[in-house]
Amino acid sequence: MLEQIEGSQAVAKAIAFCRPEVICAYPITPQTHIVEGCAKLIREGAIQNCEFINVESEFAALSVAIGSSAAGARTYTATASQGLLFMAEAVYNAAGLGLPIVMTIGNRAIGAPINIWNDHRDSMALRDAGWIQLHAETNQAAADLHIQAFKLAERLSAPVMVCMDGFVLTHAYERVEIPDQAQVDAFLPPYQPRQVLDPSDPYSIGAMVGPEAFMEVRYLAHDKLLQALGVIPEIQQEFKEIFGRESGGLFHSYRVEDAETVVVTLGSVAGTVKDTVDELREDGARVGVITLCSYRPFPLDGLRYALQGAAKVIVLEKSLALGFGGVLASDVRMALQDTGTHVHTVIAGLGGRPITRKSLLRLFGRVERGEIKDPHFLDLDLDIVRREIDNQRGQITAGPIAENILREIGPRAAKVV
Amino acid sequence: MSDMTAEQKVKFYQKGTFTVGNRLVDQARRSVQGSMERSNAITSGHRACQGCGEALGARYALDAAMRATEGQLIAVNATGCLEVFTTPYPETSWQVPWIHSLFGNAAAVASGVAAAMRVKGREQVRVVAQGGDGGTTDIGFGCLSGMFERNDDVLYICYDNEAYMNTGVQRSSATPPTARTATTPAVGPEPGNVFGTGKNLPLIAMAHNIPYVATASVSDLHDLERKVEKAMAIRGARYIHIFVPCPLGWGSASHDTIRIARLASECGLFPLFEAEHGEITGSLPIRRKVPVEEYLRPQKRFAHLFKDGGDGVARIARLQRMADANIARFGLQREAEETPL
Repeated sequence: MLEQIEGSQAVAKAIAFCRPEVICAYPITPQTHIVEGCAKLIREGAIQNCEFINVESEFAALSVAIGSSAAGARTYTATASQGLLFMAEAVYNAAGLGLPIVMTIGNRAIGAPINIWNDHRDSMALRDAGWIQLHAETNQAAADLHIQAFKLAERLSAPVMVCMDGFVLTHAYERVEIPDQAQVDAFLPPYQPRQVLDPSDPYSIGAMVGPEAFMEVRYLAHDKLLQALGVIPEIQQEFKEIFGRESGGLFHSYRVEDAETVVVTLGSVAGTVKDTVDELREDGARVGVITLCSYRPFPLDGLRYALQGAAKVIVLEKSLALGFGGVLASDVRMALQDTGTHVHTVIAGLGGRPITRKSLLRLFGRVERGEIKDPHFLDLDLDIVRREIDNQRGQITAGPIAENILREIGPRAAKVV
Repeated sequence: MSDMTAEQKVKFYQKGTFTVGNRLVDQARRSVQGSMERSNAITSGHRACQGCGEALGARYALDAAMRATEGQLIAVNATGCLEVFTTPYPETSWQVPWIHSLFGNAAAVASGVAAAMRVKGREQVRVVAQGGDGGTTDIGFGCLSGMFERNDDVLYICYDNEAYMNTGVQRSSATPPTARTATTPAVGPEPGNVFGTGKNLPLIAMAHNIPYVATASVSDLHDLERKVEKAMAIRGARYIHIFVPCPLGWGSASHDTIRIARLASECGLFPLFEAEHGEITGSLPIRRKVPVEEYLRPQKRFAHLFKDGGDGVARIARLQRMADANIARFGLQREAEETPL
């Protein structure tokens, strides 16, 4: 049924249809509306036979999830930003134990300076933990990906993060096709764990492994994620057969067939990029966009094939490896190695800075004219940056950078470029 | 106190050793370990050191829990000695379903297992979480407190050997004053761990008003088993803190583990008591009170207290005052109940 609904509530409803058995969560903006929605659905009886556990930290949230998943219960949690970092040890552990937990990340910047708005540095920090990471472009995708995530996680016995942009998606009201229980039941079979804590067949789970076997154990974890490159499109197809819509998969291409310049990006910004591409196409420019759905595993071969006609690739990412440059851009370069395709790194939207069509049009122009350096920081106020660099260089007791910058830009802080 | 007084009356002590005689107790009251049908939750072949108090305490505790639940038990383990010496890949000593996740999350993982059992309608399957003192009083404290306040149906057992033994004997918040550890060396004006630090986790557990809290010791395995079985008969969050000497970390002889554990209780430094819903319901009286010196002297971690030239005498006196305060607080000297034989 088509509903005008907040992204978080759409996700909560999708989770409800998946018949979760244990949901544990610790509140953090912008994840809160999702778990509040889940708690309400349980109390109202819309989710039957499910425990909601209010824990004392994100570390406990994922630890409870590890216990319940290992004991055979379908388990869900959600977090963001600082919360994801606080549970980092358990994030690696859940993957190492091969537990099919599904976790939403309401993508949000990491402090300091503290910031509640959207970028991707939180989930990027945990990209190599052994979780499958799916990114939603719209709230429809966010709802659908959660339903697919349980199937994917349980088929591979690996945990899955569904990443959706904080506020931009979590708090946005859009039209979302909400499935019904019969559809989800037809799509998602009951959870059958590969290993389970059961007194009638006792296993030891989480034993110590030394140098004699650790390489092999790690290789198999890598291999499992590579298997997901095949399973994700299978599940996309199975989903389409039951729900009748295209959702999930490794990545989505938009007007790339004859494109000379292709933007590669992640998440909700794809909508703005598509609008910009449409506008440029009207003027005859051959541009397109690829939006990755599966960031881990990274579809190296698929992306290389999809980008074979492009002369230039612009990687537009809401992440930044400090002291290095682009994160997503490095992965895309890996996919395009030895092809000679020029890859531009564009860092944008950090801490919720809006990425506007106007800025993107300017960016395309500058790329065409060969005016940008790598990495390029979209809409960075270089005057302010230079003044603060001079300020810091000139005096040892220059004070905190964030507060100095705020003092300078205070009166125009709310202005959107 | 009545319950424990009744227990005291049927206890027998063999002459000289002050051990509780299994052979003299009637069949029904015998230790789980006295039976050929014992479950061997932790079976032989593990890699614990000779004289390891934790291996002994864990085997008795888990076997007692298995007897109480008729084998319907899942164990969760924090990182630490117990985890390492029982599961050298690809071997395992555990004959119960067992999971180790991380150092600081055993209580939370156990909450998750209990939730899964509840939601699956298998509430007869019970959960025991266990960790050393570091995994309990320090790094796992947040998760433990959360499990307590939610009153999750978990028995958490802390095996307290008073320092981080697995990493090489560093101080924990359960390390007693004056004890030498690798991070509280016996040098300088205040050798060993300083006075006025540390936390008493059984009392903190009681402050959560959970249904059951107890301390136990490998020096009295009947008492330990009874407390575990009592804990398993109760639903909700329960906590048992077991005193387990570590010959390696304490610098004591392997054959002295039981004796040192007994001396710890008989001098008053480790009181044995029980509490329900935040109120103390009983304590085990000291049979033969000993001065703290008797407990301290056989352990190299306290050797600096007995060196000439320092203020060891004054520091031992301060430890004695701590022991005496415990004796007063928990009512450990009760004339009428002494010397059952």
